[in-house]
Amino acid sequence: MALVVLTRAVRGHPVRPPESGMVRRRGLWTRIHLDPWLLLMLLTLMAAGLAVLYSASGQRLDVVIAQATRFGIALAALVVLAQFSPATLYRWAPVVYGAALLMLVAVEVMGDMGMGAQRWLVIPGIIRFQPSELMKLAMPMMLAASLSQRELPPRWRDLLVCAAIMAVPVLLIARQPDLGTSLLVLCAAAFVVLLAGLSWRLIAFLGALAASALPLLWLNMHDYQRQRVLTFLNPESDPLGSGWNIIQSTTAIGSGGVFGKGWLQGTQSQLEFLPERHTDFIVAVLGEEFGLVGILLFLTLYLLIVCRGLWLANAAQDTFGRLLAGSIVLTFFIYVFVNIGMVSGILPVVGVPLPLVSYGGTSSVTLLAGFGILMSIQAHRRLLPR
Amino acid sequence: MRNPRPALKNTQQEVRTFRIRSLLALLVVMLLTSLLMGRLVYLQVFQHEVYITRSENNRVRVEPLPPTRGLIFDRNGRLLAENRPTYNLTLVRERVDDLEATLTLLVDLLDLPEEEVEAFHQRSRQRQRPFQPALLMSDLEEEQIARLAVNRHRLPGVEVEAQLLRYYPDPDIMSHALGFVGRINAEELKELDVGDYAGTHFIGKTGVERFYEEELHGQAGLRKVETNARGRVLRELGRTDPVPGQNLTLTIDKDLQALGYELLDGRRGSIVAIQPATGEILAMVSTPGFDTNRFVTGIDSASYQALQEDIDLPLFNRAIRGQYPPGSTVKPFLALAGLIEGVITPGKTIYDPGYFQLPNDSRRYRNWLRWGHGKVDMERSIAVSNNTYFYTLAHDLGIDRLSSRMHDFGFGERNTHDVFGESAALLPDRDWKRARFNQPWYPGETLSVGIGQGYWMVTPLQLATATAVLANRGHWVKPRIAKRIGDTSVETNLPDTKNDITLDNDEWWDRVFSGMEKVVSGSEGTARRIGADLKYRMGGKSGTAQVFSLGQDQKYNAEELAERLRDHALFIAFAPLEDPQIAVSVIVENAGGGSTHAAHLARAMTDAWLLEPEENDRNVEALLEAEE
Repeated sequence: MALVVLTRAVRGHPVRPPESGMVRRRGLWTRIHLDPWLLLMLLTLMAAGLAVLYSASGQRLDVVIAQATRFGIALAALVVLAQFSPATLYRWAPVVYGAALLMLVAVEVMGDMGMGAQRWLVIPGIIRFQPSELMKLAMPMMLAASLSQRELPPRWRDLLVCAAIMAVPVLLIARQPDLGTSLLVLCAAAFVVLLAGLSWRLIAFLGALAASALPLLWLNMHDYQRQRVLTFLNPESDPLGSGWNIIQSTTAIGSGGVFGKGWLQGTQSQLEFLPERHTDFIVAVLGEEFGLVGILLFLTLYLLIVCRGLWLANAAQDTFGRLLAGSIVLTFFIYVFVNIGMVSGILPVVGVPLPLVSYGGTSSVTLLAGFGILMSIQAHRRLLPR
Repeated sequence: MRNPRPALKNTQQEVRTFRIRSLLALLVVMLLTSLLMGRLVYLQVFQHEVYITRSENNRVRVEPLPPTRGLIFDRNGRLLAENRPTYNLTLVRERVDDLEATLTLLVDLLDLPEEEVEAFHQRSRQRQRPFQPALLMSDLEEEQIARLAVNRHRLPGVEVEAQLLRYYPDPDIMSHALGFVGRINAEELKELDVGDYAGTHFIGKTGVERFYEEELHGQAGLRKVETNARGRVLRELGRTDPVPGQNLTLTIDKDLQALGYELLDGRRGSIVAIQPATGEILAMVSTPGFDTNRFVTGIDSASYQALQEDIDLPLFNRAIRGQYPPGSTVKPFLALAGLIEGVITPGKTIYDPGYFQLPNDSRRYRNWLRWGHGKVDMERSIAVSNNTYFYTLAHDLGIDRLSSRMHDFGFGERNTHDVFGESAALLPDRDWKRARFNQPWYPGETLSVGIGQGYWMVTPLQLATATAVLANRGHWVKPRIAKRIGDTSVETNLPDTKNDITLDNDEWWDRVFSGMEKVVSGSEGTARRIGADLKYRMGGKSGTAQVFSLGQDQKYNAEELAERLRDHALFIAFAPLEDPQIAVSVIVENAGGGSTHAAHLARAMTDAWLLEPEENDRNVEALLEAEE
């Protein structure tokens, strides 16, 4: 029974538009260009996330309300973006990418110093904005648009163009320095190319190239980034300093056991042993208070969203839509994997939030905007002769 | 952009490729998710025990509650060691915004030395958890506390903490007898019960503070508290109260001790006074003394070195570790040995020509009076300190019997009940000499021992102990320095002591006492100068210990020798003769002859102990002046 529901959730209903008949059945959801299954899963995730956040913030209602408000804005962005047709997105892709790139350069030139990293573009009194967040969407849009014009699978020449589109923003963001975001942008770009059918031989070659570039990366890393890697390899070397976060987060998760200590009952979380407990390390609170069962439920929800997203991507009618949708969904999973991986100690600490659960506005807006694009691709299908 | 779908593209092929690739991607997603799940199962199922313990250790902190150290009083209840609140400066690194600026400001405000800042950095690194305060400066002065209070708003994270610190009201006078506490060092830490000393920073280093460490320290308590990551205590989960250390009442009389110190002030020496009937040590002085309070918080290395290298050895406890040849002070004990072994009787006389010769040996062992005392019996030989009589006695006893009888009086042994660090000194015999020099014992050496010279070494405490046993007519009571521990009297559980010394004829004690009385009161007594206007009957014996041996027949002038080569002056005394209340030994280093330079100090002590203050008309200062 559960399996049937899950399958329906992933496949959606109707499974596919009727192939015969002149008039396509236009339901409410289709008319407002939203996918009910995906929306339901996202809303469930956000609601559960708010409950965890209430505990993780030290039971501060104002934090929860602020997060809910951001979710509201993000949902609005989702709904608005869903109304644009993929064709419009396709046309606007170079403009959005160009604007994002310009703003990244602006940040580089005159950016505001925040948290020791230049990330913010500030128009005083009006808006504080992270151009790198915009780039998370602009990058796959631009690449998908670019590749969809060409014959696929992409050739060497196409790859060079892609590399150019990809390299500049990724390097700019890495220079800010924001390794987490640049990694996510890089992934978004890589997924587009991979889904476009990059030949296995090229994949192997590029993989080898990336591996041989690792020492170069190490040399170009900031001291604090290197420290994070060293700490990851041996947290006990500085238990009160750089190792503190990871020791405390694994302790929180491990002490949660199978069923957890109960909501608001996690001693690691509530007694402030966990640093950044309501932002990047929130999954440790989840693990401590709801145990293995709690995290697995969240992981299942994330997986369902990914499955549904991939399904929608496959149902897209054009190459642009397919590539963009696929990249957005897989990048979403990268958030989940990197975040839980770093908090549980199998990846070095990189500033990646747990999507739609961690406190923080910009990333939820970006994420839901991405799902808005996904829904637009799903909902704007035209009846085409096969 | 142009038409999104160029005509050349093979759409179906692309759809197929995408489908395969997205399926592969889903596979990888599943794989990575299983990896996460595996990690979570490892942490939450297999390692759960480890982490639950770790999180409990985070949350629950066990705070030691150190016990208050017991106070120390003299026999009349006057305070000798107390605990005073002092104030320490600590710093919580995590609460300080700018450590460098804060330290600079503190250095400015308090004249903080560089070493202290260095030590702070060291301590700060050794902390076990964040938000744990690290000590920056101990023992703040009033003015410094005031300055900190004024600047408090500029110094977040800086705290002034109160702590009880040992304080000695009379540090110099009591220094050696009482000892002192100091910070626990790494070596001591290894020996200690960690639980009991968790919150304790100080431990007895020498003297009474060391011997009665266990009783004075008490037992540590503990409380379990729940804390947050900042170390703030949220609630108490459990508590065991500490058991404070027991107060200690000593047998020492502070006034008598102070008098002894005053008598020796400016000299190197020692005075020990014992109550014969009980073995209670009334005074145990060693000069020069030193300020024990400086050792409590940790003396700076320059001052410590100065004390260590001081030629007068102020850190050396002469009363229990100083080894001196006893000189003629041991003659009464030797006389008793002769009586016990039947070598002499009180009435037996010898003729003293001024020297003694061994059979078939031309060497002359001289009496101190060159022309001799003529006919001497036991009492007279004690009174005039005749050497020839005791050469004869020692020769007749032989070293074996002599040594064995002197052991009976406690020489060459440690015999106190609770004095920390006393020396056994040295009572020579054949075996010792064989072991030490691989040589046989020579008869001439017995003669030297017979007048308290040669290899024989005693401590002032041993001399006072032997005098007390003699005053007790042979009854042994081990000397002790603690009278009461808490409310329990120490007398109730004293361990066994040595066997009492018995004579065939009990009246012989009186004969020896009589000889000793004549030392101070007889017309020929060596110390007759102190016998004038004596308000009770007193027995005494002077002694002069050579610092180095002089060649045979060599006369010397004490004045010509450097001060440190002069003889040590010794004197033993007990009084009153009929019912001895006090036995005293006095040693003044390099003072000259004992009869002139030590005897009056012994009388000052007995006067002070036996007479009411109004009866005691002898002025100590006048007494000291008269000597010079």
